[in-house]
Parts: sequence; structure tokens; C-alpha cells
Amino acid sequence: MNKLNRRKFLKGGLLGGAAALTMSRKAAASESFEGYPDSMGVLVDLTRCIGCRTCEAACNHEQNLPAPDKPFNDYSVFDERGPEGQKRRTTEKAYTVVNRYDTEKGPVFRKFQCNHCQEPTCLTACFVNAYTKTPEGAVIYNPKVCVGCRTCMVACPFYVPAYSYSSATNPVVKKCIMCYDTRLKFGRPPACVEACPQEVMTFGKRKDLIKLGHERIRNNPGKYIDHLYGETEVGGTSWMYLSGVDFNQVGFDTTLGNQPILANVKEFLAMVPMVLTIWPALFTGFHLLATRKEAAKEEQNKNEKGVKP
Amino acid sequence: MWQRKRLVTGMAAALALLAVPLAKAETGPETVELDSLAKLYKPVSFNHSAHVEIAGGDCATCHHHTLGTGKIEPTCARCHAHSGAASAVACRDCHPAERFGAKYLQELAQDVNRYHRDKPGLKAAYHLRCLGCHRESGGPTGCQDCHAMTQAGEAFYRAGQYAPVPHAEGTEH
Repeated sequence: MNKLNRRKFLKGGLLGGAAALTMSRKAAASESFEGYPDSMGVLVDLTRCIGCRTCEAACNHEQNLPAPDKPFNDYSVFDERGPEGQKRRTTEKAYTVVNRYDTEKGPVFRKFQCNHCQEPTCLTACFVNAYTKTPEGAVIYNPKVCVGCRTCMVACPFYVPAYSYSSATNPVVKKCIMCYDTRLKFGRPPACVEACPQEVMTFGKRKDLIKLGHERIRNNPGKYIDHLYGETEVGGTSWMYLSGVDFNQVGFDTTLGNQPILANVKEFLAMVPMVLTIWPALFTGFHLLATRKEAAKEEQNKNEKGVKP
Repeated sequence: MWQRKRLVTGMAAALALLAVPLAKAETGPETVELDSLAKLYKPVSFNHSAHVEIAGGDCATCHHHTLGTGKIEPTCARCHAHSGAASAVACRDCHPAERFGAKYLQELAQDVNRYHRDKPGLKAAYHLRCLGCHRESGGPTGCQDCHAMTQAGEAFYRAGQYAPVPHAEGTEH
């Protein structure tokens, strides 16, 4: 009995607390969404891209986008830079763009578009529920309910959603929808996939593409970096990438981690209803309890004063 | 003497007659019109014999193991070292024109034991093979170096007569 001193008691308490914490972590992880089982995806092989911009042209036609500033076979766009020296990004007029990166293995071209996350942050961030992750794998949005708050643009880890700044009356968010309306929901590949002369993009079930990607790495020793970008990043994306050079050399953020962005805010968001509903009631209760005696006393004083004037 | 000379000439002539079809079979056609996919670009008139020469007569450079000749890549040799010539010779005989069409995807899904699951479609088979070599050996690599753009192509790429009108400088402000 006397052996359980204060120090040991504290130690035990700390260990127990740690165990409880890890258990709750695991419980939280098991709740995470693994994605729709038969959802489709696209595997992008950067070693095949020759920068012909045919995918950009195909996207423009399929999505009925406005005319580009330059023809799609004008390759001077690869030298365009934004005000802060950044390469081209997706805009309201272009849901996909190809950029050139000069690497140790020569120029590498990379197609940029929505990665269609398994657990999309844009969807979580949208307070009018404009976004949907469809069972086919696409992250689509309803422009009719979009209020143009642009929270999704801030939330997206890949900076994908663009905004129709040109519209004065009804500006909304614009981004790649994996050709959901016109192709994907009928089982057809996105327009860019079909148009590509080099088959840079392979369309298929996401779970098959993961196997295919690793097989391509195994069958071509030395050709690829042994990593499939998007297999695990931010909880997995429907679009995944193979590269012959380090991913951070070709415009990929390799610091995003493997947890969905949602996991960072899940605990906080779970607290919000508690704070908003339970706390007021709880603390009102405490307040009433704490002030009950004083109130009673005051009442009594009043009565006493009333009794003897 | 005279008889022997005649015999030799006769044999040579016979050989020559034999050699002509043999040589033709070995080197394939003079040119091949690649037109099955032509839409945005005009068909490619592929100079087959010139490319046989470039490949040093090694058909396997493009035709894999299917002609039963030439060197086989070590990965392929594991199964195909003795499989001989295949009946399929043209690219389109094996590489599907609609690689991501519902029909082919379904075929892949049902045939779970198929080894060649990552086989490029016809368009990619052409481009990967042709451009792969051209880029390595310094051959022409521009799109229109091999096939001229059609009018449909110009509309698609918004090029030529469909090119966007550039903003005249100074008129915007």
C-alpha cells in the first residue's frame, strides 16, 4: 500500500491518459472514408507527356469554355509567368493547363487539373453544400447554389478551383469536373484522356490503377521514382501521378501528408456543436447554482427588511 | 563448260526469282498509309522501307516478337522466346483503337488472368513508338513533321483560320 506514492500515482495517471488518447486517435482513423469501392480514376505518367497541349484543347471544347488567348498549338505559353513568377494555373477559361519544368532529366511536362480527392476539402469547406463527391469518383459542384464565397479556393490543398471574376452579376467557382455530366456518368473517360496522343493518362478503376502504377514502376527499373503521388496524399486522390524526377521538382507539394485535410479540423468541428449548445446550458446552470444562495440570501434580506421597517 | 555456265546462270536466275518474294516478305511493304485514326491530322504516309533500313533490318524494334525475328526484349523473352511468328502484324491487330471504351474496359475486367493489361491503345502505340525513337535519335518530333493538320484540327486547336484574334495593343485602355 505504502508503495503507491504520489510520483507513481502521477506516472500511472499519465500513462492511462496517453493510452486513452491513442485509442481515441485510432477510433477517429477508423471513421475515415476510404472512398467509393468502384470509383474511377486517372493515372498520369509524366514520363510520357510531350507538352502538345491537346488535352487543353479537348477540355476547352468538351466544357464549352471561351476561346483561349493563344492557339492550343502555341508553345510560348510554357514561358508565361504570373506576377510572382508562378507558372500557369487553372482559370475560369481553362480547367486544365500543361506546364513545363526544367529538371536534371531535361524538360518535364505536367498537366494540372482538379485531383478529385477521396475526401475533398472544398466539399467540407463549402457551407452551402455545393460540392458532391460522386460514386464514380468525380468532385462536382452545383453552380446554382454557389454563393461565390471562395472558401473552397482557400481550402483546396492544390489551389485548383478558379473563380469567374469576369462575371459582374453572378460570379461562381469554376473547376474540372472530370467530364462528369457528358462522359464519366456514362462510363466514358474524360475528354483529355481520350485526346492525348501519348496515353499519358490511363483511365480505369482507382484500385486497379494503383496496382497498374506500381507494376509500371517495377517493370521499368530506374525509370520512375518509387512513389505514386495521390495514392495516399491528403487521404488519396482519384488522379494519381508517376514521375521520373522528384515530385517537388515538377510542381507537386510533397509536404501535404497522408491525412485528409479534414482530419486536421475534425476534432475542432466536433467541438463546435458542443460549444454552441452544451456550454451555454451548462454554464448557465453553474451560474444559477453559484448564485442561488446569494439570490436566496438577498430575498431573505429583503423579506427581513420588509418585516421590520 | 558451256553446260556448267548455263547451269550456274539458271540457278542464279532461279535464286533471284525466289529471292524477290523472300526479300519482300522480310522487309514488308514499301509504304503504309496510317489513316484509321486520321481526324485532326491527315493520314501518315509511313515510309516503311526507309525505317527498316534505319532499324538495321531488326523488325523487333517496332514489331516486338510478333514476326518471330530479331532480338527480343528480356522481359518478353521469358514467355515469347520460342513463340515464333504471330498471325498479327499490323499495330491495329493488337492495340485497340478505343483503349478506354466500355467494350475494352469490360473485356479487361472479365479476363482477370490477362497479362498484358497495360497495353497502349492504337494512337498511343504509334506515338510512343515513333516519338520515343525520334526523340532519342534526333528524328523529327513536331506534330506536323509527320502529319499535316486538317481543317477539323485547326478548329480543334484554334489554330490557323480559327486562331483567336489577339488584342490590339493600346486599344483596351
